[in-house]
Amino acid sequence: MSVLLEVESLSKSYPGVKANDEVSFAIQKGEIHALLGENGAGKSTLVKMIYGLVKPDSGAMLLEGQPYAPPKPSMARKSGVSMVFQHFSLFEALTVAENITLGMDDAPNRRELSAKIRAVSQDYGLPLDPDRLIGDMSVGERQRVEIIRCLLQNPRLFIMDEPTSVLTPQEVEVLFGTLRQLSANGVAILYISHKLDEILALCDHATILRHGKVVATCTPKEETATSLAEMMIGGELDIHIATTFSPGAVVLQLQGLDMQSKNPFGTSLRGVSLALRKGEILGIGGVAGNGQDELLAALSGEEKIAPAMIELAGEGIGGLGPNERRERGLLSAPEERLGHAAAPVMSLSQNAFLTGRIRKGLAPNGVINARKTNDFAREIVKAFDVRTPGVQVAAKALSGGNLQKFVIGREVLQAPEVLVVNQPTWGVDAAAAAAIRQALRQLAADGAAVIVISQDLDELMEISDTFAVLAEGRLSRPQPAEGLTVEEIGLMMGGDLEGANHAEA
Amino acid sequence: MDFSSLNAVAMIVLLIGAATPILLAAIGELVAEKSGVLNLGVEGMMIIGAVTGFITATTTGSPMLGFAGGALGGALVSTLFAFLTQYLHSNQVATGLALTMFGLGLAALMGRNYNGIKPPRTDRLEVPGLSDFPVLGELLFSYDPIIYFSVFLVFAVWWFLNRTRGGLVLRACGENHDAAHSLGYNVQLIRFGAIMFGGACAGLGGAYVSLVRVPQWTEGMTAGVGWIALAIVVFASWKPWRVILGAYMFGGITILQLSLQALGISISGAYLSMTPYIVTIVVLVIMSADRKRASINAPACLGRSFHASH
Amino acid sequence: MLRLEQRQQPSKLMLYLTPVLAVLTTMAVGGLLFVALGIAPGRAIYLLFIDPFVDSYNLSQLFVKASPLILIAMGLSIGFRAGVWNIGAEGQFIMGALAGGAVGLALWGMTGWWILPLMAVAAALGGALWGLIPALLKIRFNASEILVSLMLVYVAENFLAQMVQGVLRAPDGMGFPESRNLGRNEPTALPDVFPALGINAGGVTMLVLLALAFFLLQKHALGFQIKLTGDSPRAARFAGVKPGVIIALCLGVSGAAAGLAGLFELTGAAGKLTIDFPLGYGFTAIIVAFLGRLNPVGILLAGVVLAGTYIGGENAQFMLKLPAAAVTVFQGMMLFFLLGFEILINYRVKRLRRAV
Repeated sequence: MSVLLEVESLSKSYPGVKANDEVSFAIQKGEIHALLGENGAGKSTLVKMIYGLVKPDSGAMLLEGQPYAPPKPSMARKSGVSMVFQHFSLFEALTVAENITLGMDDAPNRRELSAKIRAVSQDYGLPLDPDRLIGDMSVGERQRVEIIRCLLQNPRLFIMDEPTSVLTPQEVEVLFGTLRQLSANGVAILYISHKLDEILALCDHATILRHGKVVATCTPKEETATSLAEMMIGGELDIHIATTFSPGAVVLQLQGLDMQSKNPFGTSLRGVSLALRKGEILGIGGVAGNGQDELLAALSGEEKIAPAMIELAGEGIGGLGPNERRERGLLSAPEERLGHAAAPVMSLSQNAFLTGRIRKGLAPNGVINARKTNDFAREIVKAFDVRTPGVQVAAKALSGGNLQKFVIGREVLQAPEVLVVNQPTWGVDAAAAAAIRQALRQLAADGAAVIVISQDLDELMEISDTFAVLAEGRLSRPQPAEGLTVEEIGLMMGGDLEGANHAEA
Repeated sequence: MDFSSLNAVAMIVLLIGAATPILLAAIGELVAEKSGVLNLGVEGMMIIGAVTGFITATTTGSPMLGFAGGALGGALVSTLFAFLTQYLHSNQVATGLALTMFGLGLAALMGRNYNGIKPPRTDRLEVPGLSDFPVLGELLFSYDPIIYFSVFLVFAVWWFLNRTRGGLVLRACGENHDAAHSLGYNVQLIRFGAIMFGGACAGLGGAYVSLVRVPQWTEGMTAGVGWIALAIVVFASWKPWRVILGAYMFGGITILQLSLQALGISISGAYLSMTPYIVTIVVLVIMSADRKRASINAPACLGRSFHASH
Repeated sequence: MLRLEQRQQPSKLMLYLTPVLAVLTTMAVGGLLFVALGIAPGRAIYLLFIDPFVDSYNLSQLFVKASPLILIAMGLSIGFRAGVWNIGAEGQFIMGALAGGAVGLALWGMTGWWILPLMAVAAALGGALWGLIPALLKIRFNASEILVSLMLVYVAENFLAQMVQGVLRAPDGMGFPESRNLGRNEPTALPDVFPALGINAGGVTMLVLLALAFFLLQKHALGFQIKLTGDSPRAARFAGVKPGVIIALCLGVSGAAAGLAGLFELTGAAGKLTIDFPLGYGFTAIIVAFLGRLNPVGILLAGVVLAGTYIGGENAQFMLKLPAAAVTVFQGMMLFFLLGFEILINYRVKRLRRAV
């Protein structure tokens, strides 16, 4: 094999952080090369430089021996470098063909393009209808659009940023098949991930980043998950908490919860039922866009439904608003930290007030008690080790991990009866994620009931007592998490609501 | 009461004339909104177009140069809005209001020596033989060139938005500016262009008011037409052909209300003068009421400021 | 080369400095505009921006003009904070004046201390109801409050024209389209409180309401909800804020404030209802609100500055034959510059050394 892309001493700094520090590595033609690292290790910055979205401060790249410094993505594509982003660059109100045209520099006319889309998508086992609206497609299908868009330009290097976080296990297998086929056809793939098993299964070589520096390069086949993990996090290991699940009385009951989604491209909830007991952590898995946001909105009280559909301690609360539910002990933390769980330009203190007002009595008679509010904010910062210069700092100035600790801490410290969290550790560094999971476990151990909605199956398996899957707005029957296999979970994600071989547990 | 003077053909010819400024301004604003920009400065751009068009026409003696001057004036003043919103990330609502106020003031200042002057006449486009044909001749071939141009412009905008790559890119910016940016499109530049197109159309519409409709220059003569154009875009659900429908409907209401006033009907003139504005409100309500449909038709990034981030 | 770099925290200094920068730049660029129009810039700038604040007669007029502007801007700022764009204050101003004026005219000939307060209540109600129309249409039908509130300005103007030609026309006015003079009728005239400062009963009411607004926005949970709705509507829903209540509240309050301002103008400076009774205060107040950074104290200062340009504009019109529109241009420019300079709050300008 010969070298396709050589990266030499690339550096890039942002105010306050050195995102990439003298990064060097090489990709061979036709290989699947992993770029491994924790969130914030600098993977995204690195690939954005390769794709021409970000200009390096210093360093150089060689593509097949020629100097390569794309000033913008279209130049990168012209040189044969394509990329599929973690957050898709798709337009919901446009069709598949229109979306693909937009990503191509010399697109053929409509009819020709449609035929090409059909042909290429069949060849690689990713069937697509060119005339469908993106808004009507599942996340997995949308990813196909991105992939086909890249493939139509005959890339030599194909970059994929965390592609499996939005796929069911079965879809992951299909994707891996496609990638192996591409690699066999001579296309090099730069595969970004922090999922070790995927890298072991798929990649020929791996470059490992930590704090913006290359810390190791290796051949995954000669490594184990543990050795990769050690290289990635530098010796820090997660603390596993022993599961001590002694279920108490039922506190929260959902009965045939139906809810029409307000978002034209959202997923409506259909007949969601569950019974949550004191001390229980229910993990709800599933691919994004299957009704997770809607379920959180129904539980938080942002969307009102028939009172009897949600019962908290025997009282029908479906018709109550967020604050009335908080008063009764049902708290929640949505996925989107900035703009939903917290107001970006408001201070931490004001954000503490945002949900803490009722249970912490921060505004008796409507007049805000500034001292008490600041004290509550400081309490969260202290108890959850939120790194911030003070509580008057705007929420958006905090890093993702710190803000997430603040958001979770804000709810946990209000001593909820039931806490619902959506994607509690999304985009959060390993240490903060571990702290958040531990806090949730502790909360359950103290007798609260917790629902964790997440797309990270490893996380759910680690902290859940019971497990269910949300697929197309329907919830599978919750069952004990222990002993579930990946195949069973995959079937549930595919819409098998009874959970395959799992008999009455 | 004598209704016989309400000749249907003459009314239609009149309403098309009354509708043309609204049509021009609305089709321009539609393009800006399709790119994701809500420009509330339409009224300001129109009045600037009215005065620059008037000055150009009376100075050069050519109404056609006047229309070009109006379009240029509108486009130029719109660059203020474009620069502030696209490169300094200012709030689009507030900046649009500023543009309207600034435009109204500047136009009055520029036109202070032009009160009471008659502009050169804009001739109808006579088609020998056809224009004299009864009814149809009058209905189809009795207009000035700008009216034909305005209809052609609607077609051109439809064709551009739906049949060209440039139009697709422009719509993409309005649907999801972050995705358009990450595909390598210059969102700010595209929007800048769309805003200027909107400005030129509004300016042309304004010039039509001062050179054909009235025809003379008076302060504040656009009298809210720019705002009605904004409402027409909502009414049209951001579809070019429906802009024609909406604009002609409003032209019809204006003409009807004026004819009724002329007839001296027992309803007082002030009440009749209100009707176009009230109808605008009613139409807005009807078109917005179906939230789900409104949110599908409206460009998803409409009015949202774009910050290029890495 | 210059480049913008995002700040970690918004700059407090720039937050307060931008309005000052905007006013100064307007003076400079305005001077250039005068040169272009063939008007001596020095004298014009002096008359517009300096004279109103140093001449003693002008000073007493200053607050008379500033009071309605500040009162309207205060109401608007509450809505703008919540992202509720009421730009129809001019219409609410008219409807307030009409409602209050109608009460005053109906009670013509009667005396009593209660007449003026009753008129004020009617005016506030009239303005609030006119403001609640767009609120209701927004809540119920999702219609843009921007366009509806603005359309209602034109409706209100026509309604005013109808009223002064009709039922509210002075019976002894020889057919002129105007009402009786409420400002010259003891029970309906706005009393002066500190005549030397130009502070009448309306000015005092304005100051009290301004203090209330300050308390609401800084100390009260409702103010927090309003600000939260503007900053982040989704977070507001999550915090249990009912968007409909906020919309109705903002439009209702700003409508009431504009309506009151209309009555104070009617019973004070104007005296009677005429077709050209509205002076564009409802639009100028939008600039006052922004120039004052949507903050009650800032609005107080900005209101005085803008009132100064009104007075200066009148003087300049008289002495320099400057067209009245010049003031509008200046006001629009001021808002433009303010919006432009706002970028300095969140970004700093950095000089880039050219790479060698």
